[in-house]
Amino acid sequence: MRVTVRLFARLRDLAGAGEIVRDVPAPATVRTVWQELVGEIPALEEYERTMSVAVNADYAKMSAIVADGDEVAFMPPVSGG
Amino acid sequence: MDSGAGLQPGGSPAIPRVAVTADPLDLQALTQEVSRTAAADGAITSFIGLVRDHNQGRRVSYLEYEAYEPLAVRALNLIVEESAGVWPTARLAVHHRIGRLEIGEASIIIVAASPHRAEAFAACRYMIERVKQIVPIWKHEHFEGGDVWLEGATADPADEAARDKARRIACA
Repeated sequence: MRVTVRLFARLRDLAGAGEIVRDVPAPATVRTVWQELVGEIPALEEYERTMSVAVNADYAKMSAIVADGDEVAFMPPVSGG
Repeated sequence: MDSGAGLQPGGSPAIPRVAVTADPLDLQALTQEVSRTAAADGAITSFIGLVRDHNQGRRVSYLEYEAYEPLAVRALNLIVEESAGVWPTARLAVHHRIGRLEIGEASIIIVAASPHRAEAFAACRYMIERVKQIVPIWKHEHFEGGDVWLEGATADPADEAARDKARRIACA
């Protein structure tokens, strides 16, 4: 199945892209998608403990189920305001 | 006159109470929007966050703000709901700007209205504290000699300790 990965701020810089489409084997969780991504771009791994994740623009957990067509976002610690 | 969608009875264009926008922020317009239904209000407080020319010993040239927009709007609405739960008489509005901002420009404006000042001050302070905790927006600081992504809090709306901390600060 196909998911769209969204990356922001320094994660986006490290990956060289803010939006990446990837095929992942079903069934998948956010963690599955992350592990595939880190396999491809090892530099992202430093964010595993501090990042937040979202599925379809809603905060989610690493254990959340991901379905075909979903948008999965990985976000470094925020600094708005 | 045809009063189309997006127009208030008075004829002025409606502005959303929650927004993430690349346009310059307009505190007067947002204050008017909040006070439009404010006959019972005795207080309006506002907060303006500005781009500062220094940070952690660096001379800042400008900031670029990036957002995950749909989630940022959702998180801002969540904070407004949280605030309504704590201060039911207060009404809040918040606009956050994104894109390149020069020194002295406003990055965020918050307006709170309530019958009495205590709730308006507290709700306004709570809002900015929560924005810094859970809204997916990032500052890319450009300073003399380089640039750096600023990273603050790991965003987790369900983190009650963070929510309690914001509430304590607001009520201090």
